[in-house]
Amino acid sequence: MNEHLQCDYMLEPERYELYENSNFSWEIDRRAFFQIVGSGIVVALFLTDAPAAQQPPQRRPRGGGGSMPQEIGAWLHIGEDNAVTVYTGKVEIGQNIRTSLTQVVAEELHMPVERIQLVMADTQRTPFDGGTAGSRTTPAMAPQLRRVAAAAREMLLDLAAEQSKLDRTALTAADGKIVHAKTNQSFAFGELTKGKKLMKVIGQELPTTVPKDWQIAGTSVAKVDGRAFVTGSHTFTSDVKRPGMLFGKVLRPPSFKATRTSVQTQAAEAMPGVKVVRDGDFIGVVAPTEQAAAQALAAIKAEWQTKPQPSSDELFQYLKTHPGGGQGFGGRGGGNQGSVAEGLKDADHKLQATYTIAYIAHTPMEPRAAVAEWVDGKLTVWSGTQRPFGVRSELAGALGIPAENVRVIVPDMGSGYGGKHTGEAAVEAARLARAAGKPVKLVWTREEEFTWAYFRPAGVIEVSAGAKKDGTLTAWEFHNYNSGGSSIRAPYEVPNQRAEFHGADSPLRQGSYRALAATANHFARESHMDDLANALHLDPLAFRLKNLKPGQLRDVLEAAAKHFGWGKARPEPGHGFGLAAGTEKGSFVATCAEVKADPAAGIVKVIRLVTAFECGAVLNPDHLKNQIEGASVMGLGGALYEAIQFAGGKILNPRFSQYRVPRFADTPVMETVLLDRKDLPSAGAGETPIVAVAPAVGNAICAATGIRLRSLPMIPNGLKQPVEDGKRGS
Amino acid sequence: MATIKELHVNGTRRALDAEADRTLLSVLRDDLELTGSKYGCGEGRCGACTVLIDGQPTRSCTTRAGSVQGKQIRTIEGVASGDKLHPLQEAFLQAGAMQCGYCIPGMIMSALALLANQTRPSREEIVRFMGGNICRCGTYGRIISAIEQVAQAGKGGGK
Repeated sequence: MNEHLQCDYMLEPERYELYENSNFSWEIDRRAFFQIVGSGIVVALFLTDAPAAQQPPQRRPRGGGGSMPQEIGAWLHIGEDNAVTVYTGKVEIGQNIRTSLTQVVAEELHMPVERIQLVMADTQRTPFDGGTAGSRTTPAMAPQLRRVAAAAREMLLDLAAEQSKLDRTALTAADGKIVHAKTNQSFAFGELTKGKKLMKVIGQELPTTVPKDWQIAGTSVAKVDGRAFVTGSHTFTSDVKRPGMLFGKVLRPPSFKATRTSVQTQAAEAMPGVKVVRDGDFIGVVAPTEQAAAQALAAIKAEWQTKPQPSSDELFQYLKTHPGGGQGFGGRGGGNQGSVAEGLKDADHKLQATYTIAYIAHTPMEPRAAVAEWVDGKLTVWSGTQRPFGVRSELAGALGIPAENVRVIVPDMGSGYGGKHTGEAAVEAARLARAAGKPVKLVWTREEEFTWAYFRPAGVIEVSAGAKKDGTLTAWEFHNYNSGGSSIRAPYEVPNQRAEFHGADSPLRQGSYRALAATANHFARESHMDDLANALHLDPLAFRLKNLKPGQLRDVLEAAAKHFGWGKARPEPGHGFGLAAGTEKGSFVATCAEVKADPAAGIVKVIRLVTAFECGAVLNPDHLKNQIEGASVMGLGGALYEAIQFAGGKILNPRFSQYRVPRFADTPVMETVLLDRKDLPSAGAGETPIVAVAPAVGNAICAATGIRLRSLPMIPNGLKQPVEDGKRGS
Repeated sequence: MATIKELHVNGTRRALDAEADRTLLSVLRDDLELTGSKYGCGEGRCGACTVLIDGQPTRSCTTRAGSVQGKQIRTIEGVASGDKLHPLQEAFLQAGAMQCGYCIPGMIMSALALLANQTRPSREEIVRFMGGNICRCGTYGRIISAIEQVAQAGKGGGK
């Protein structure tokens, strides 16, 4: 485990998916693989240096069902029919890893992308995986697949040499064949693997093609299966249909933490085709149509004991005064050094401010959904989750059956953004299906998704900093209450630094969201940096550069500024320019924003965003740009409008008509500058591009109007009513 | 309860037996197995369920099945001609105008309606017309490019 990830473990209490314990541990069973795939060759990668291998394994009885040993990271099969099939536990959420992972396999096997199939996120067929999160697929899974593909290529070369008696060194892999150029002979992969049951287990050490020699990786290959999405034929979870399938609905409390005091289900039970399911506290219904299920649910009369709970109006005060949560990580810092008190003494200018962050919702377009089917005591669930193996454990625990009897299949999903790490819908559908004795589909309504999923944590951030007249930072103190510890440490050279995360008793259920708390922490830090620059009459770019050593962050900052024309172009009247930069998950981003702001009319319009991004060697430039653009648009929502309002344990705006997400009209001109560092390993890119958006826009608003907005979202009610520090009106 | 026995979908008369007050979205998806139209909000505010009713873009999640009997319903499944994609579908692929793809059928149906009425919409007109469709992945810029590409080629209105 590298140091960066180690650090994340300590600082990211909201990323609870990483604490998942191993459920299985046994040696590799060769037969298990060939039972699944038939004959041919198999290459499996053994995770000799994975964290799981260093911990004492938790042994469980060995079951059937073809489950993979947990030490396997990924595997690949080449069959007699020439088919190359790659198995990974990662999930396609829209970040296009199905494409980029296929590219790295194609690269090593020297064959076209179209002839490779990825089987993803099926707990019965793919290796154990802790979850698709934290931008880990590109740095962790891509190298694994690259190695299994390279090993497979070497096996094919061996087989060709053995079968043809030709000199192995004169053989090469090209276009899905092994070729002997001198004699113009070629051997299809399938021909070479015919009748074989060869398995090779490899470690992490096999060399692979270096990025500067890439032919297929590093190019803008189009989305795999793109045609299925434009024709509507892709099967999302909510599109899965099983024979005899019923539709389910679940009875939910009117508010969080409410307990049921009575319930009458007779009217619902009397409806044709309806079955009411009671399983402990759980009550649900199944019916032949979704409408019938909804009507039956509405016919259930229940009474509830509600509990008083804090509201969004008092949220920030509440978080400051109610320590807790954070899974024991409260008070842990991000590398304290020197003495902040001494540093402030040395400062010519000191600045203290408080920033606040609202809860926001992921609102993936596909709400939580699951289809559950029981056959002979074994359960199969199709569900859109970023943690198929974690959800398998959830299902096994909730249903009281061994995990070996549970199969979770994740069709490529209708997005997640960190919001689908859990298996609520899967468990509910499984309960309903068991009681009904038939497959059941359960699709959460938009209001359920807004209410019963989890939110990006709200937070309060206090910053105190000082700098000399020439712009040298002397002190930096940073306290984050509740939102999280990601990117809590300033990337600037400050001799006296203190950064602490303080867990709080969150009034709402909270969890991972794209880039976690890095967005909140960058917003506070980069807004604060801008105010310091203004107070010292220094250019915001020069001020940042003054406090940065040469390196990747400086590179993106300079690249974004250059492309934007920073310091050259002058804003039109009523317009303002702002910039912000940061790093997270091993990648680096700088964003320059132009906004048009009219305080009299209360209007802010983001005109242009220029983002420079560096994530090592780029795997797919166009898909990377797509992620940067998408993260920018999503970032604008949290920056400007999005906020969950709540009172008395109820979400007050659980609909798209009440919760404003970015739409077409909010889309600025977006330009991206990719710094393709072929000399560096590829880092993930789905998250980091979001972190500089809010501060860049806030700084631009301040440049245009002189108004400093220190709360996310910045203008939920327009620019005329800036929200006071530490307090938000609903 | 009143039931409907037939709907005209994608140029075909489809027999069915469904309560007239069910949503068109549910009938299309669950009874006719046309699952390309998606549920996104249930209140007509996200556009994922958009279909064309007699050429008009319509939110099928808030439309009762009984209200569209005898009308021409066109769904995403009826946009390509056999294996040949519609120019808009090609343009979405070319522009890389999708990430997770869940909103894309609704986007294409809305864009189809736009181009049927207006062969050369301006960027502002595209933004206004498409304003009811949400893409949470934020691919709006690429979707605009895809629509512009078809508009410039003058191929939007045809089958």
